[in-house]
Amino acid sequence: MADISSDSGSHKKGGKKRSKKAPTRIDFTPMVDLGFLLITFFMLATSLIKQQTMEITMPSDKKVSEENQTVAKASQAVTLILAKNDKVFYYFGQSENAEIVETNYSNSGLRTMLLKKNYEIAKQVEDLKVEKVKTKMADEIYQKRLSEIKAGKNAPVVRIMATDDASYKNLVDALDEMNISSISRYAVVDVDSADMQLIRGKIN
Amino acid sequence: MPKVKVARKSTWVDMTAMCDVAFLLLTFFILTSNIVKKEPVLVYTPSSISEIKIPETNIMTILVDKSGKVFFGIDGQDRREQLINKMAQKYGIILSEAEIKQYTLLDVSGNPIGAMKDYLNLKLEERENPDNNLGIPVDSTDNQLKTWVKTAREINRDSRIAIKADQNTPYSVIKKIMKSLQQIDENRYNLITRLEEGAES
Repeated sequence: MADISSDSGSHKKGGKKRSKKAPTRIDFTPMVDLGFLLITFFMLATSLIKQQTMEITMPSDKKVSEENQTVAKASQAVTLILAKNDKVFYYFGQSENAEIVETNYSNSGLRTMLLKKNYEIAKQVEDLKVEKVKTKMADEIYQKRLSEIKAGKNAPVVRIMATDDASYKNLVDALDEMNISSISRYAVVDVDSADMQLIRGKIN
Repeated sequence: MPKVKVARKSTWVDMTAMCDVAFLLLTFFILTSNIVKKEPVLVYTPSSISEIKIPETNIMTILVDKSGKVFFGIDGQDRREQLINKMAQKYGIILSEAEIKQYTLLDVSGNPIGAMKDYLNLKLEERENPDNNLGIPVDSTDNQLKTWVKTAREINRDSRIAIKADQNTPYSVIKKIMKSLQQIDENRYNLITRLEEGAES
């Protein structure tokens, strides 16, 4: 390989002396091999895809002054309790006398419930999406209108309570459901003892 | 004889152009790539529909594995150097030049600060051993993660916090991390997820 193809081999006895022409022709094949080998290496060793992420804002533990506190109406409140073995419980309103329902993370479980609860807003968001495609709305305007809709008066307020036995996946799934069903008012809070009581008989 | 010679000549392909292309592509890949660094533990993140991309700079990563070990790291070698120097100062440990250099090469590290010196002196192969990665303590009595994050925040005010945890991590560990972040007024952060497979509607 890598021969400088001048005259090697072509020199037979008494051959014509044409060897002095074009003496510097290099075989590039090995170099190409090397090049592609390195390309392959870099393609495999690199990550062109950036990681996906989900943004979350947690409530500050500083005391919030009385007037800044958002008081949720009991009718809008939904509480999710994430328990072990991928179980989810929810109830509406306050924890006293609440009727607790067990569900799961599937399409027909939690999502249906949340979408039903958030029906009006989810519908408006859907309409806005259609409008965006139709009118080629600018992204800024879209985002602005989206947040306006989501902050609507009747938007449900969801409290996500994860028990210690729940997995991280459960939490992310629950947060994901919030995004899917266009709920902007939610918080991850600690489980209090009253809620633990509610689900006590149902977890095994 | 001459006929054979002609036939042989015709198989000669000029590889120069192909070589050019190969190296052009190579250059492109070298310039655009960021090499996948091996994390000390394998973490399988949960999936979500979120499509926000995480930036590569100005980021601090909190890595949590299934067993609940916590790792922490920031981007940029110069920042890492500042970070480890400050941390060493805060905890009163002395690190040599070489050890600091070793630290700047780490994406994330997860050891109590007391064990850091030993860890940095380990060989690369030994670092993967789970026994050598004890995790950063996040207990209420000894919360070193808080100090790490606080120190990293002093170095870079604009950085975001990204939590990358395994999907089977118990929530109790995540809760401890979230509580620690809450205590130092870090209320906005990102959870790293992967894209949902088989898009559900």
